[in-house]
Amino acid sequence: MRINIALPKGRLLPATACFLKEAGVEFANYTEGTRIYRLQTERYPFLSAKIFQEKDIPVQVAVGNYDLGICGLDWVEELLSKYPASALLKVLDLKYGRGSMYVTSSRFGGANSLEELLNQQHCLRIVSEYPNLAEAMALRFRLRKFRIFPVWGAAEVYPPENADLALLWAESEAEVVARGLFPLRNLFHTSAFLIANKNSWEMKDLSPVVGLLAGAACKEFKTSQEGRPGLTKCVSTISPRTQAGQVWLAIPDGHQQAPTSEFLQRTGIVLEGYSSDRLDRRPHCSLEWLCVKVIRPQDMPLQVANGNFDLAITGTDWFLDHVYRFPSSPIIKLLDLGFGRVKVVAVTSKNLPVNNITDLRHLSGSDRSFVVRVASEYVNIADKYLRDNHFSRYRLIPTWGASEAFLPEDADLLIENTQTGRTLAEHDLKIIDTLFESTACLIANKDSLQDQSKRERISGLIEVFQRAIAGG
Amino acid sequence: MAEPITQKCKGARDLLPEDLEVFRYIESVFRRSCLSWGYSEVRTPTLEYLSLFTAAGTLTPSMLGHVYSFLDWDGWSGERVVLRPDGTIPIARLYAENSSRWESARLFYVTNVFVFEETGMESRERWQCGAEFINGGHPWGDVEVLSLAVEVLNNLGLSGVKILLSHAGVLGALIKELKLDKGEEARILDRVLDGDWEVLTTIASGEPAIRDLIPLILGTTGSHSAFMKNLKSLPYVPKSVSSAVDEFIKVTELLDALGIEYQVDVTSVRGFEYYTGVCFQFLYQGKKVGSGGRYDNLLPLIGGKRAPACGFALYVDPLMRVVSANNQPRTEQRVVIRCEDDTPEAIKTAFTLAGILRSRGLLVELSFAGLKPAAAHRWLVRVHRKLNGFSIIDREREQVRRVRSVNSVVDVVGGGL
Repeated sequence: MRINIALPKGRLLPATACFLKEAGVEFANYTEGTRIYRLQTERYPFLSAKIFQEKDIPVQVAVGNYDLGICGLDWVEELLSKYPASALLKVLDLKYGRGSMYVTSSRFGGANSLEELLNQQHCLRIVSEYPNLAEAMALRFRLRKFRIFPVWGAAEVYPPENADLALLWAESEAEVVARGLFPLRNLFHTSAFLIANKNSWEMKDLSPVVGLLAGAACKEFKTSQEGRPGLTKCVSTISPRTQAGQVWLAIPDGHQQAPTSEFLQRTGIVLEGYSSDRLDRRPHCSLEWLCVKVIRPQDMPLQVANGNFDLAITGTDWFLDHVYRFPSSPIIKLLDLGFGRVKVVAVTSKNLPVNNITDLRHLSGSDRSFVVRVASEYVNIADKYLRDNHFSRYRLIPTWGASEAFLPEDADLLIENTQTGRTLAEHDLKIIDTLFESTACLIANKDSLQDQSKRERISGLIEVFQRAIAGG
Repeated sequence: MAEPITQKCKGARDLLPEDLEVFRYIESVFRRSCLSWGYSEVRTPTLEYLSLFTAAGTLTPSMLGHVYSFLDWDGWSGERVVLRPDGTIPIARLYAENSSRWESARLFYVTNVFVFEETGMESRERWQCGAEFINGGHPWGDVEVLSLAVEVLNNLGLSGVKILLSHAGVLGALIKELKLDKGEEARILDRVLDGDWEVLTTIASGEPAIRDLIPLILGTTGSHSAFMKNLKSLPYVPKSVSSAVDEFIKVTELLDALGIEYQVDVTSVRGFEYYTGVCFQFLYQGKKVGSGGRYDNLLPLIGGKRAPACGFALYVDPLMRVVSANNQPRTEQRVVIRCEDDTPEAIKTAFTLAGILRSRGLLVELSFAGLKPAAAHRWLVRVHRKLNGFSIIDREREQVRRVRSVNSVVDVVGGGL
């Protein structure tokens, strides 16, 4: 009998690898930066593991794709707060990766206490990577009017101008403060947890694995490798500027950071703290009236739609994903910037007997028990694509990166971007359709373009950008 | 096992013809009573903004945790909408938005509400027949809506409906007397409204006399206004509790005078934070079939002018299980016209005959090419081949007649009513 376990990438990976070693369940390739997602251990041939983004693990275990999983309690509660009936059991506190979920406001403005916020009459904007927990919190605290802006990351950079509250995970209050925020309330403590699928727990003997992990957890295991690496602690202490006529521009982190930085250099706009090797979330701009923040490109369309930013440099893929979900959204694509070119493609396993999307539809139509599982970071693009291709039964699995690992066990179709197709080929996958090509683009809020105090400045920026495109 | 071709959503329910027949019967009895009491029918949208229901004092957090909330197609602003989780709050909103039309308003509605139920065994879409009396003062308003609900239940043929009475003000005043901090007070109230009354007996703060009073109020029931008077006579009942009890007594005295039987059970208030005064529940054979109460603070909470108000809702789904088909008026006597010829002339004759009979108030079903009638019927009229007359079969009297003209059929079938 096989036992499957889902293991985390990212923050918890180093500590989890140490913990597994301590428990005697060592997986050779479970290391940072690994490109191998499926793992075996020689000692326990019945045990197989797969690496996921931490956020995906509770869902994968709850739907029964994995018997066991290791992830932070924060992501478990994020699932359970919205779907309390999920078939998910919290089995064991592994006692590493400790931290808390904090309700925070900005150190430079906004409220000093949660009570102060509760008495306010205006609509509170809450930004979080944990939208379900944010909603549960808002209801629990009886917020009269609130709006939740789910983000893919960098929640700390939004308050006070672009959000009143940020709900986020941090190791300690000191870390919250170091990120330029003020902790209003510690919602609950978190640490790494061993979780189990309820049916597996009730029907399957998981004790060989659980016993080993429990033994190690009882040793009061401590790791020196806890903590979030890298860039997030490098925050500016510049207090926010909010004056009429200022133009707010969002620029991307991640893969798009280096080409965007290079493009901006061509425009002649100097940004201190934003280059291929440096990230300040609030880089200082040579134009006094241009306020710049670095956020995730995925989050930009929603932020621009809500007027938190006037302009943003994102990808056409994320622009389309937003407008497919919100057709009347007040955002517009102004310029194609020409870099960051990728294809958004439909992908299946090489072993699936289909050559195009029509074949897949026929395959799903011929077998009523075959419900096509579609994994994608672009849930709205994927949803529209499946609808437009008249698939009658399909299930969308939102993913948060490393989507190629889902095929073939945990999904049948992937809607994914690719530059060369090499990574897909390495994972025994094949492209069966190309949806569109995507490049970096400048998007704007339509109302900002009409705003008297901003119009000229935005037109000027567009001209500068156009010259840089032509010169590139 | 092969999966069925299509499946309805988990927790969803189809109403089949026989279900809907009972549904419409309940609805018609309810509408008739409401109209005769001077209430006007309204209908609110299925979608409302979530913020309408999140105001403190409307729904409890547990109820809010079971609403269907989502972002609409234009929800880029983050403003969430819900499938209506409650009947009363939208009516209060409707009144507030149209308050210039009315001084006081007697409104009624038949509506569906959506509540997530985890097992999916119960329907997540539930139907309610509700009536609201806005600007209907105390205690007459309370007694009016309660009496109206009782009349509807009686007219549905349900005898032995048990009325449980409570008073949200008594509960609120009791909790306030425990002198808890504001957050704890709200938490306790939420737990109590979710049915956990035991929590009140575990609290150590407040005057000892109040802690003595709690089991006395919660643990006993009475079926006469004297019961509340007895409670009030206790020397340690604080003034805040006592004024709520006074209100309660006024309503129970009127109910005594009207001969409406009830049982006082303070723990019977459930679920809704918006109640401020007398609350009531209707139980039939141990099952809750309706509830209501006074909600004087709801309108200002949702941005309207302050107005005393009360109302009730009857739960159609449990009522459908207990309302007997025998109570329903006889449905129309169905006529089936079977056309034995498929020529245009014969079909035209069948349609013409059906049209005339329908205009006389009969229910007529056409049957072509040997199609079997869908329901039981009294009359079968066969349109013969080559329009060679009609056979009329009266299944009730077991008689058969042959006639030659459409008019003769109309005379026989129409006259047979």
